[in-house]
Amino acid sequence: MIAGFWTRVALRAWAALILLFLFFPILLIFFYAFNTSNIESWPIPGLTTRWFGSTWNDPDVRAALLLSVQAGLAATAVALVLGSCAAFAIHRASFFGRDAVSLLFVLPLALPGIITGIALNAFFSFGGVTLSIWTVIAGHATFCMVVVYNNVLARLRRTQGSLIEAAMDLGANGFQVFRDVTLPLISTAVVAGAMLAFALSFDEVIVTTFTAGSQSTLPIWIFGQIRHGILLPEVNVVVSFVILVTIIPVVIAARLTGGGGTARVPAAR
Amino acid sequence: MAWFVLIYLASLVLLLITAFWSIDPFTTQIVQVWNIDNFRIILTDPTYRTIVGRTAGLAALVTITDVVLAFPLAYYMAKVASRRVQSLLFAAVLLPLWASYLARVYAWILILNHSGVLNWSLQSIGLPAANIGYTNTAMWLVFSYIWLPFMIIPTYAALERVPDSLLEAAADLGARRWRSTLDVVLPLALPGVVAGSIFTFSLTLGDYITPILVGGAGSQFIGNVVYSNVGIANNVPFAAALATVPVLIMAVYLLTAQRLGAFEAL
Repeated sequence: MIAGFWTRVALRAWAALILLFLFFPILLIFFYAFNTSNIESWPIPGLTTRWFGSTWNDPDVRAALLLSVQAGLAATAVALVLGSCAAFAIHRASFFGRDAVSLLFVLPLALPGIITGIALNAFFSFGGVTLSIWTVIAGHATFCMVVVYNNVLARLRRTQGSLIEAAMDLGANGFQVFRDVTLPLISTAVVAGAMLAFALSFDEVIVTTFTAGSQSTLPIWIFGQIRHGILLPEVNVVVSFVILVTIIPVVIAARLTGGGGTARVPAAR
Repeated sequence: MAWFVLIYLASLVLLLITAFWSIDPFTTQIVQVWNIDNFRIILTDPTYRTIVGRTAGLAALVTITDVVLAFPLAYYMAKVASRRVQSLLFAAVLLPLWASYLARVYAWILILNHSGVLNWSLQSIGLPAANIGYTNTAMWLVFSYIWLPFMIIPTYAALERVPDSLLEAAADLGARRWRSTLDVVLPLALPGVVAGSIFTFSLTLGDYITPILVGGAGSQFIGNVVYSNVGIANNVPFAAALATVPVLIMAVYLLTAQRLGAFEAL
């Protein structure tokens, strides 16, 4: 017996309380999105859907959404190519300094976002690069790449080398092996990595602050509005939307990798 | 791909070099003369000592809070709950982690503000309002909330690896349950707890968004000073020098964690 009856009851109650603590704030935002009043106080006086329309028609929100989607997709695309290549290189090769290089790849996630942010900012201003959507994409790609890299590498380590050897023994050339054996084996890990990368990029504030010029992504817009306490009804709607957009890819990614990928908690901030 | 890594590394090195430069106070142009003035100011000016102390102190407090909140839940997940409940709880802990960071901070602004849920609940059961919005207490609460899953998961993973047979052996040898928890479970779970604390500590240390959004007048963090020096004061050398402080603190922390065997538990 690992725990007595009362210990079990107490532990179960504790677990329930922690879950409530974790989820109550998130659910609360969805309530506020339907708030009839434009003053954010509790209890909300009534329910309405009018803020959804006004938010959708707000040109600033639309511009920010567009930029977020563009930057997220582009950064994910860059991360997919570079992250997978890096994972293959590290997995296959055994060259001098391999451990150092593999440590290097996780650095953008391990260092606080503000360090990555001001480092890139200093680099861009030093090199005379004007801040634009391209610098945002470059900034996001640094940590998105790590997520893809981690996912693909973990899968490569779990796949058996004998499968590839068998294909080669049966006369497949390098390209055929890649297309018919390796790719099907790692495809879900690649897709999961991409989903996580997009979710991270879509929610990123700090690196974006230092790499975006005057334009804002959706999180930057939210940050500005909360900070100055304006247009909060629209913030409620946008924030609810962002929660859904970041959670849904993660749920799909978790299904694809059996939960492994999402548990390697990447903290890109 | 190599050039991408190179850009990143070059940026970091450039940042470190910049820390040893200074700016011309009139033109705010960077003067490329080697000096350690930035570091001297950080070490001698009591303002910066207070800020570094506040940041590290709150990071430690948040870490301790999260250990206390996470351990019983992790223990329940690993040792008491059925398989099904276990995987459900695991997913339930991971989900908030991925829900937007800003959204979760914002939710607490809604809860803690003057006419928010907290004050309403307190008043409806006859207690006085707790006006803790925009204070260091609010920061402590919000940080503990946001980073809690980072503590639960490694602690759970470590506890999961403690074989039940060890606990049974302790019981057979006459240890009471609390005794076996203290002498058997805690030492084996320690690497997991330390691994979690790396996240909670370093994430709090580097943050500046939460202090801006839920902190008050005396809530400046290292990150806030770095942020305003890059954005408003345009003193990148000083910002770079100050940014080395959390990196150094983390380096010491990681070395200690490595000794405690936390890296195997990551």
